[in-house]
Amino acid sequence: MTHGSGAHRTVAVDGLSRVEGEGSLRVDVRDGVVEDVALTIFEPPRYFEAMLRGRRATEAPDITARICGICPVAYQMSACLAVEDAYGIGVDDRITALRRLLYCGEWIQSHALHIYLLHAPDFLGCADAVELAELDRAAVERGLGIKRTGNLIMEVVGGRAIHPVNVRVGGFYRAPAPEEVAALAEPLRRARDAALDTVRWVGGFEIPEVDGQYRFVALRSTGRYPIESGRVASSDGLDASPAEFADRVVEEHVARSTALHARLDGRLDYLTGPLARYALNSGELPEVARQAAADVGLGPVCANPFRSIVVRAVELVFACEEALRLIAEYEPPEPPASEVRPRAGIGTGATEAPRGLLFHRYELDEAGVILTARIVPPTSQNQLTIESDLRRVAQAALDLPDDQLAWRCEQAVRNHDPCISCAAHFLDVTVVRG
Amino acid sequence: MTDVRPTLAVWKFASCDGCQLSLLDCEDELLAIAGAVRIAQFTEMSRARVEGPYDVSLVEGSITTATDAGRIREIRRSSRRLITIGACASAGGIQALRNFAQDGSYVDAVYAHPEYISSLASSTPISAHVPVDLELQGCPIDRGQLLEVITAELVGRKAVIPSHSVCQECKGRGTVCLLVSGGTACLGPVTRAGCGALCPSIGRGCFGCFGPSEGANPRALSDRLLEGGTTPADASRLFATFYVGNPLFGDEAVALARSGDPTPPDREGQP
Repeated sequence: MTHGSGAHRTVAVDGLSRVEGEGSLRVDVRDGVVEDVALTIFEPPRYFEAMLRGRRATEAPDITARICGICPVAYQMSACLAVEDAYGIGVDDRITALRRLLYCGEWIQSHALHIYLLHAPDFLGCADAVELAELDRAAVERGLGIKRTGNLIMEVVGGRAIHPVNVRVGGFYRAPAPEEVAALAEPLRRARDAALDTVRWVGGFEIPEVDGQYRFVALRSTGRYPIESGRVASSDGLDASPAEFADRVVEEHVARSTALHARLDGRLDYLTGPLARYALNSGELPEVARQAAADVGLGPVCANPFRSIVVRAVELVFACEEALRLIAEYEPPEPPASEVRPRAGIGTGATEAPRGLLFHRYELDEAGVILTARIVPPTSQNQLTIESDLRRVAQAALDLPDDQLAWRCEQAVRNHDPCISCAAHFLDVTVVRG
Repeated sequence: MTDVRPTLAVWKFASCDGCQLSLLDCEDELLAIAGAVRIAQFTEMSRARVEGPYDVSLVEGSITTATDAGRIREIRRSSRRLITIGACASAGGIQALRNFAQDGSYVDAVYAHPEYISSLASSTPISAHVPVDLELQGCPIDRGQLLEVITAELVGRKAVIPSHSVCQECKGRGTVCLLVSGGTACLGPVTRAGCGALCPSIGRGCFGCFGPSEGANPRALSDRLLEGGTTPADASRLFATFYVGNPLFGDEAVALARSGDPTPPDREGQP
């Protein structure tokens, strides 16, 4: 809702909907100029870093999964990588491939959720997907079908769609049988076709023209679109190991704002997530995804946050195609996990959660007990950039009536698929103004 | 025409979103549910908001701030039936570990400026604040059980939710007992059924996602775990996760931690 008249105008949305977790936004306008913006988190903090102290490093994947029910695999994978880094453990390529397949399931489930249930209703003027289904039931059913396929992969590989149980440091408890994995191919082929339809569908939406002027940060690994591993790259030439990157990201706890804001080298804000991954890695996409992007006029880099829905749809095609490739090449890892021998040390793990780069760092003692933990989720890295977007989008849309301006601002936040539940495990909930 | 459908509201407190995601994960039933009930409040799903009262409120998450303690009382007043979904709402969740920490140590560990933080020292279940009509257990809840609860509410009957242990689910699916045959630490004997005994079926001991089963005897299980070579510290950790806020698991975790020696090297994954 909005209030005020004349020179002062305040746009405030209390209780942002269609995002994961609880937040609100506020835009202050004075004399036709956006003066202040804030994305506020009122999700209560849960203190995961503190809870992890004194726990076994081998418990980290299951405990940190509970930070987010939408992207538990991302937490499990970054946790495993960090502990394996500290212990100096390598894993078999077949284990890495199975992790990538599980992660594809999460990307498919999460991207389908965001595109169809959280984001598309904005472009079509609907309050939610139920209203959207009244206009176009086939579209919503298509989205739910894709989402179901993502969940199916997580059930077959991970044992459960939300908080999978089959992941452990070193690999898996059990490698699924070849026939169980092969049975995923048929639904995945349908999901890939539906994902191609999705690209065409969202490619036809009326999308505002905005240039986000982002500094993109994403993983990069030669020959592969990044999911479960890679070095950290940026659009202005950064090339760092996850450990080096973690050293360079500084989080600030500031009273005026809502959060621990992440900055690179202490000063630069940046964006992670689909737009960043795509800008830094679109050349690595398989032909079917590149063609789908080209068909809707998407170039190799996209800096329009409203067009992120198209990039997410292209990534959906990629994740289905990649899962099909992994299934075709699947060989059960034997044994399903590497041996785990604790030693004292520090380890860092970074992977690409559906909504962006997620890194964990643990300091472990010689018995394998966690001394300190640091977890930096994508939404806290993106928060400064989301606020910049809010400022830019609100300024460009000041001519809109109040209710439409508020909706446009909400959409500017939803463009980045923020996961407030993730971020709030260490975000402050108080905004001090004045 | 007046909308005569019953109204459903979904609310969130301190949690991971996973249990309300379970509702959106009902891909085959979601549009049918949205036809049978009027979804009046579900922030994760819709911009639309309908004022209460509500016929059924599903509540996810635990109470960790004074503001939330007030909010749940308002929700109770505007809800004919209030059902908690998941370990956080029903037992305080894994964040209830803070109930066992010394004052302030958790905030200090995470924040540079603890003075900006306004949260309670405890994480408590919804039932510690208001009367609850039904508690659906699990971390996360089971999608099938959620559908059963919604269906039962719609027709006005009692939901059929098992209260026996995971052990019986293992017997039902023919899984060989890991505790007896391999000495694997397993909470199956004291954990409520609902997951379908997922972990034992992949060779992993149960780690208690659904909380204590009816008549659970954690002490007897602890004795067995210690006899089998599990250290008191590790047995304590096993009880101190998603249901540490339930006294049956929490008290046992504390008793084991007090009885034990410092943690020896991790043996997981070693021959």
